[in-house]
Amino acid sequence: MSETVEAALALLVVVPFLGATLPLVLGLVRDSVGWAVAAAVLVVEAGLAARVVYTLAGGDRVVQVLGGETFGRNDETLSSGESTEGFAVGIELVGDPFSGVLVLLVAGVSLGVLAFARQSGPHSNAFYSGYLLLTGALMGVALTGDLFNLFVFLEISGLTTYALVASGRSPAAAVAALKYLVVGTTGASMYLVGIGYIFVETGSLNMVDVSRILAGETAFLDEGLYTDPLVVAAFGFVAVGLVTKAAIFPLHTWQPDAYAEAPDTVTVYISALASTAAAYALARVTWFVFTPAFFDAGAANRRVLEFLLVLAAASVVAGSALAAVQPRIKRMFAYSSVAQFGLIVIGIGVAVHPAAGEQATTFAVYGVGIHLVGHAVIKSGLFATAGALAAATGARRVSEYAGLARRRPVLAGGMAVLGFALVGVPPTVGFIGKWYVALGAVEAGHWPLVTVIFVSTVLSLLYIAQIIERLYFAGVDVSPDPAGTGTGSPGETGEAVAADGGAGATAVATGEGSLSVGMIALAVVAAVLAVVLGFTGSELSAWLDPVAAAVADAAPEVTA
Amino acid sequence: MIGALADSYTYVLFAILMVVGLYMVAASANLVKKVVGLNMFQTGIFLFFVTTAYVDNGSSPVIPAEAAAGDRYASPLPQVIVLTAIVVGVALTAVSLALIVRIYDEYGTLNEATLREVRTDE
Repeated sequence: MSETVEAALALLVVVPFLGATLPLVLGLVRDSVGWAVAAAVLVVEAGLAARVVYTLAGGDRVVQVLGGETFGRNDETLSSGESTEGFAVGIELVGDPFSGVLVLLVAGVSLGVLAFARQSGPHSNAFYSGYLLLTGALMGVALTGDLFNLFVFLEISGLTTYALVASGRSPAAAVAALKYLVVGTTGASMYLVGIGYIFVETGSLNMVDVSRILAGETAFLDEGLYTDPLVVAAFGFVAVGLVTKAAIFPLHTWQPDAYAEAPDTVTVYISALASTAAAYALARVTWFVFTPAFFDAGAANRRVLEFLLVLAAASVVAGSALAAVQPRIKRMFAYSSVAQFGLIVIGIGVAVHPAAGEQATTFAVYGVGIHLVGHAVIKSGLFATAGALAAATGARRVSEYAGLARRRPVLAGGMAVLGFALVGVPPTVGFIGKWYVALGAVEAGHWPLVTVIFVSTVLSLLYIAQIIERLYFAGVDVSPDPAGTGTGSPGETGEAVAADGGAGATAVATGEGSLSVGMIALAVVAAVLAVVLGFTGSELSAWLDPVAAAVADAAPEVTA
Repeated sequence: MIGALADSYTYVLFAILMVVGLYMVAASANLVKKVVGLNMFQTGIFLFFVTTAYVDNGSSPVIPAEAAAGDRYASPLPQVIVLTAIVVGVALTAVSLALIVRIYDEYGTLNEATLREVRTDE
């Protein structure tokens, strides 16, 4: 039985990569076969993810070594309590409760966004090849247990994201994609430099081995390497690289352009997963490779971490403030992501800060895990709602949202629910994530951070309230912004209030982008999930318990 | 001092290449030069990895059948890493040049400042 799980672990990465070739090959025979192929592949992927997560729920840590010897590593699949011994040669794929969260998220979101893509496009077969490649790469980021392999998967996901952002017809998308490429590649290269330093110092790239060697738990070392300048510099490079990819102020500049100019489908997808994967990688490296012991080892180590926390706090404030002044909806949500990831990085940093006791660490880990999932659901839902509203009415600016609630009650309701979830109003998932991060900061006594989190909530209320005020309380007769996008001409707005109720499978045509049931369904499902997940706080934190325990013990691997 | 420099000049070269590349990315207004800078940055990193693999008097890590116990070989792992990273770099260059071609077709300029002006006029 354990072999099937291990095989499933490898297949999670392999299936989308192989599947990505199919739309192009089958495209030679038939046109527009891409969506069907992607749907089939991603259903298989979701099955595999469910299989793996089912095992992980039992508290197992599943390891698949790809190519290479295990040299004294004990059983490849570990049941509760044991930890690995010896050294790994070869690349490990590791399924544990933390990667399980991301595996489930990637599988779920990629399947859900397909429902949106059916109508919204882009419809080319090449697009779906890129889509599957990106899914596979994100799975790889979630599962890999090797530092260099992480770089490769980050770059594959980066490359496909650049291509997908540019898949829109507008020339602005190409400019945004190039900007993303330059900044993203610089960030990834920084990460590679950091990995090089670690490799020179430890001679290993396996996350568990590196962590042990840095801690000095090996026969050939008398003491840990934590205070070695090269190791401290390595953390600096790795953190800067991953923070760039996660779009933390002031390295966030690629993100608003990329999110705003990409086709709606792509925005929904990458807003849920691209930065999430980078933040997950940062958490994994910070928590399990460097471990809290590293940050306690010297003044310089502590200062590097505190610098990271300052950046994250600045990101929260700047992201929220910039979001509040954006006239365009997609840009507003993009800047809001900068703020939300600031919050997540605060959680990542607080968990390993020397001032954090076990309680603070536990809360911060809960916060990061839950907010990663919560933000992905909420933000993709918001972009889906915005995309659906734009397809239905052409409204792409806050000013054009005036009175839309009367014509599109379901979508407007979804946006309101998701908006409140983003602010962190209970009982939504946005609330629990923020609450745990804040609680962690309180427990660790970081009062400036607590203030920042509170201020950001007020600021996010500022821009969400703008949207809701426009949707529900503004007069219907406010004329659209003259500089608005072409599809928003008032002539079209008269038609079809009916489609919003979801009656029948027919899409209401309003020019190029048109509303479909799939688009509404995704928006509604996201809104419902944001609320339902809000009631499962105790289940979510129980799932993350082994992760929190491992971080608190400075253990390199998560075992139940 | 001179001796140390002679031994480890490749590390100095790594630092120079990396900083020059990064400066080009940040400071050059020309989009193609930005990509060249990016490549230079990455080449610096490749040099770093290859340097770490160097072993005095070591031969390339292809072990012959009649290998003796005391033979010295360069470390193969960093070289594998560099090979992979080169592939990634080539793919990145290809994508970025494709994007630049499209931008040039659309706006008729490769200069970042001009591009910004053209786009605000729209």
